[in-house]
Amino acid sequence: MARTITYSEALNEALHEEMQRDANVFVLGEDIAVLGGLFQVTKDLLDKYGPERVIDTPISEAAIAGAGVGAALAGTRPVIEFQFNDFMTIAMDQIVNHAAKLRYMTGGQAAVPLVMRAAICSGIGMGAQHSQSLEAWFAHVPGLIVIMPSTPYAAKGLLKAAIRNPNPVVFLESRLLYAIKGEVPEGEYLLDIPGSVMVREGGDVTVVATGRMVSVATSAAEEVGRDGTEVEVIDPQTLKPLDTATIIESVKKTGRLVIVNEGSRTCGYAAEIAAIVSEQALDFLDAPIERVTAGDVPMPVAKVLERAVLPGRDDVVGAIGRVLG
Amino acid sequence: MATPDTNLSTDQQLELYRSMLLIREFEQAVLASHEKRLVQGPAHTYIGMEASAVGICSALLDDDYLTSTHRGHGHCIARGLDVKRMLAEIFGRATGYCKGKGGSMHIADVSRGMLGADGIVGGGIPIATGAALGCRVRQSSQVVACFFGEGATNQGSFHEAINLAAIRKLPVVFVCENNHWALSAGFEVTTAVANVADRAAAYSIPGHIVDGNDVLAVHTTAVEAVQRARAGDGPSLIENKTYRWEPHSVFNTKDPRPPDEVAEWKARDPIARFRKVLEEQDALSADQDAAIQKAVAALIEEAVEFATNSPEPEPAEAMADIYA
Repeated sequence: MARTITYSEALNEALHEEMQRDANVFVLGEDIAVLGGLFQVTKDLLDKYGPERVIDTPISEAAIAGAGVGAALAGTRPVIEFQFNDFMTIAMDQIVNHAAKLRYMTGGQAAVPLVMRAAICSGIGMGAQHSQSLEAWFAHVPGLIVIMPSTPYAAKGLLKAAIRNPNPVVFLESRLLYAIKGEVPEGEYLLDIPGSVMVREGGDVTVVATGRMVSVATSAAEEVGRDGTEVEVIDPQTLKPLDTATIIESVKKTGRLVIVNEGSRTCGYAAEIAAIVSEQALDFLDAPIERVTAGDVPMPVAKVLERAVLPGRDDVVGAIGRVLG
Repeated sequence: MATPDTNLSTDQQLELYRSMLLIREFEQAVLASHEKRLVQGPAHTYIGMEASAVGICSALLDDDYLTSTHRGHGHCIARGLDVKRMLAEIFGRATGYCKGKGGSMHIADVSRGMLGADGIVGGGIPIATGAALGCRVRQSSQVVACFFGEGATNQGSFHEAINLAAIRKLPVVFVCENNHWALSAGFEVTTAVANVADRAAAYSIPGHIVDGNDVLAVHTTAVEAVQRARAGDGPSLIENKTYRWEPHSVFNTKDPRPPDEVAEWKARDPIARFRKVLEEQDALSADQDAAIQKAVAALIEEAVEFATNSPEPEPAEAMADIYA
């Protein structure tokens, strides 16, 4: 039976269930134990599983990431938290040079079953060092899995799947999604990696949107739907590995593609999807691909400025209008 | 230096001696193979530092873990890795430990707890802390030995990882092999303290300054630190003062070190010193020594032959082993 819970509660349930199921699952990060996490994703884990498995760390992102790698190598399933996506840049050596590459460098001997959770905190005036959406950085690195859930249902099912996955997973959440509610089944379920979701079907335009941008794209689809335009919205969910088949199939049907991604434009994730579609479905396109992304600019704080930089519903509506000519 | 108080039997001491010799001869074979262009990529030799790896690894149990460095051949051999597969890896062959994908700087044998050499200076220190954390979560009594050079102690990862290990009293033995030189920069030019071990005070953990060319002194200190770690009393920082005889790597032939200094350290050869100790105890006769040297030479000869005759990887292998 489904009930309605928040994105944050869904993630919290996933952690409770996986820690209950497997004593080798543990969580590590800043302010996650006593406080239950800046966004309450690790709420009540300390009470239930104790300080040996729910660990508040010093402000040492490189050590947190490295400790996650080492603990994974030593047979456990760590879930580490970075409070902000931006803070992962402090730990890039461990994420990129170690977590991602150890399996390959050891010729397949090592496995690094590590989940690295982080929040993208755009849209609330956090400024240039707390608002970045760096999924493209991680998707660029061979050896990493990159996941961006857009609903409570996806958040829970994908986090549980990530914890059971034998590879290092970058799991990017969104600050503005934590409070949104959605239907989540009572019983246990896991979602596929890779696995995309057809959010709504339509024959006129394909819109591929990631993370929080899925709700922005859906809202834009509803808006243009009033005029009779049928928009198909696809949420890739797993950016790496990507379910390309669903996107290609949709583009072959609609002949028009808009990509909505919250990262900066240049070399962003939208560019990758555009490249894949150009390679595999160029002949089916009736209009140039449109990218709706954040600007190539550090994130400003003032509401009016931040709004100007981030992709919004009207930007997507405009792009849909352009591909429809 | 204190007189080493060791409980090692004569046979165990002879095994330390044999292991040090094997490292020395292996590295000589690597240098000779580089001259023959058989080595693929760089190689950083451990000649002169053998007592450090052997003294530490002999204090570990079979299921303990270790992390290593770009200068990791000695750690691998002291841990008991197969020199044939090590050399094959260095030659980029399919029979190497990592199927030719890792090379000299990434030799690993996860089944023996050898979690990998590491091409990033200081990169292995947080990983060792994490492995120890994993042992704690699994409620096992395993210990992690973490090797790094003095250069790594100026990386942020050193500070972050040791602080974290100290707070949680994790079972790690941090082993700094102070060979006094980074690629071209001397220790005193790069480091604000006279001894790396002095930095232990910053984490309220024991710091040990050890004559890193005295294998029994290293072993005795390691036993104490390993016991402390296994008992749940937390990490230690051991500084083995030693010296590498060769330039930084086979690619770096220009060596800025004063020749007098190199000669001085060569006179403190850890193998010759230990041979003398064994001879003085009547633990090693000339015949025994000859037999050990012959056996080591045969192993190396076999390894060179194995590696040289091993096949190269299939090109398709390049795209395998990215994900589990």
